[in-house]
Amino acid sequence: MERKFEILDHTADAKFRAYGRTLEEAVANAALAMVSLMWDYEKVALKTREEVEIKARSFESLMVKFLSEILYLFEVKGFLLGKVEEIKIEVTEAAKKARKEAREKNGSSAGGQNSYDQDYILRAILAGDLHSEKYEIMSEVKAATYNDFALEKGPDGYRLQMVVDM
Amino acid sequence: MEIVRISDFIWEIPKSGEMKVPARIYASEKLIELAKRDQTLQQARNVACLPGIQRMSYVMPDAHQGYGFPIGGVAAFDLEEGIISPGGVGYDINCGVRLLRTDFKESDITAKRKELLAEIFKEVPAGVGKGGITKLSRNVLKEILVKGAEWAVEQGYGISEDLERTEEGGRMKDATWEFISERALERGIPQLGTLGAGNHFLEIQKVDEIYDENVAKVFGIEEKGQVLVMIHCGSRGLGHQIATDYIELMENKYGFKGLPDRELINAPFKSDLGQRYYKSMCAAVNYAFANRQMIAHWVRDVFAKVMGSARGMRQIYDVCHNVAKVEKHVVNGKEKLLCIHRKGATRSFGPGRPEIPAVYRNVGQPVLIPGSMGTASYILVGTKEAEELSFSSTAHGAGRVMSRHEALRRFRGEQIRDELAKKGVELKASSWKGVAEEASAAYKDVDEVVRVSHETGLGKLVARVVPIGVMKG
Repeated sequence: MERKFEILDHTADAKFRAYGRTLEEAVANAALAMVSLMWDYEKVALKTREEVEIKARSFESLMVKFLSEILYLFEVKGFLLGKVEEIKIEVTEAAKKARKEAREKNGSSAGGQNSYDQDYILRAILAGDLHSEKYEIMSEVKAATYNDFALEKGPDGYRLQMVVDM
Repeated sequence: MEIVRISDFIWEIPKSGEMKVPARIYASEKLIELAKRDQTLQQARNVACLPGIQRMSYVMPDAHQGYGFPIGGVAAFDLEEGIISPGGVGYDINCGVRLLRTDFKESDITAKRKELLAEIFKEVPAGVGKGGITKLSRNVLKEILVKGAEWAVEQGYGISEDLERTEEGGRMKDATWEFISERALERGIPQLGTLGAGNHFLEIQKVDEIYDENVAKVFGIEEKGQVLVMIHCGSRGLGHQIATDYIELMENKYGFKGLPDRELINAPFKSDLGQRYYKSMCAAVNYAFANRQMIAHWVRDVFAKVMGSARGMRQIYDVCHNVAKVEKHVVNGKEKLLCIHRKGATRSFGPGRPEIPAVYRNVGQPVLIPGSMGTASYILVGTKEAEELSFSSTAHGAGRVMSRHEALRRFRGEQIRDELAKKGVELKASSWKGVAEEASAAYKDVDEVVRVSHETGLGKLVARVVPIGVMKG
């Protein structure tokens, strides 16, 4: 898929839709979509690496925490994300079990909005550079939100939509 | 959705379905049409469904769609049966405004305007990805979270009179740092004393119009052309992280089943989690007060250096725009303590309220409403009627009408700078793209917003100010 993401119109804040053949690719592109609001990630030299591990009870929460981590790395370490080099998302055994139990109990999948008991783990290696005069910071994202969150799987891959507070 | 017009500037959504109280919107015809275009009214209706809500779910004239609660939403909750919600405060806890007066006239500073702005730009860090000038230890940060602007004054940033002229005296007494995550503390350390980007700014302004000379005089505003300084910023990454953390904690504990919108996530006010959020939020409020206290101090230093003195640079007031507070109000003829959420709204206490400084107690508190970048801002005064109308609240700004993305497509920062220069407004910014995103054409007409506030009595017009110099982070 050619297009990594697109920025959509949102009056007060910023909304984007990220694409990927796999869920991981869509998640990586969502990170690029967010940072594209702050700096030109294509111009960032890939000099340093940050390893991140995020755990959450739902996929939505996982995404909010992953994007928050990127904001944290920027604010505290001055780290500018240029590329997501490796990324892996897994659903833990405990979560699988909880889902299976819920399925047996309710006769339906426990996926989607009310999946409190799932445990997602995201591991990624982020490549980028430390902030210096050569980079322009256009704006600041304050936080990633659950607003207008949507994940869709189509025949050619995933579409992940999020809104970030600016 | 049924919307009933009550009077020229008052509209209501009657109680229906899950709503515990009606919703009320203060708006002109023009502004209500804007509110109908997005989710503002639906969100006001959703807020009306929350447990323990008192009287009505209120919407201020500048409201627009937010997360869960609308921006420009005011809601009060019973302390026993009610809730507290991070979405009712917003991510930028105590995003707010501080206003300083001076004895200078526009003509005094005309020749030195560029130099003043350049020095301010040097002294006040925008702090975007670079951090402030302070190297804080963890223990000092904790002290700041508890003491707020008091800490800053103790360190020599400003004078104790500044504290009297700050909401809460610059210190929310219920603040503690114990329930704030490591991440939030870490984000707080490099950003203390920084302005931030986005809609945050620092302006050198002049008085353009005085509507109420008596009240203006009490506030220290004497004549047209008088120079003022306005600082607009918040609690930076620390506040953003606290909001993010508690939304997740509340969701894990209480879930969002039965909530019309996931971002209305909340906890009972008296619950352990509710109290942890409340006390952490108070700490973020304090951090923002300290932040503006330090920035104001540097601005005074710059005036002293460039102008030879910081003549008459007294603080008029400092107000919160995003906060939840415990206040006493009358409901059904009975006085009671409530948890008031103001998300993109300004407190507007009228004469006599004990919370406001003695110097203003006869007239009401100053209400500071910034316009968009390079346009007029307003000074209003709180009213007694506002207690009845909106739990003592009014608007907080202009509110966007165009996305940043669209603004970037339409405008160029350098062009905006040139146009402002023609109008006699100097602009310095960290990023031209950032300037384009904040183009005033992307915002509502703040004149219309304050007119509604004045006509309804939420807050009365005192003075209009316009920028001479703008620093954008």
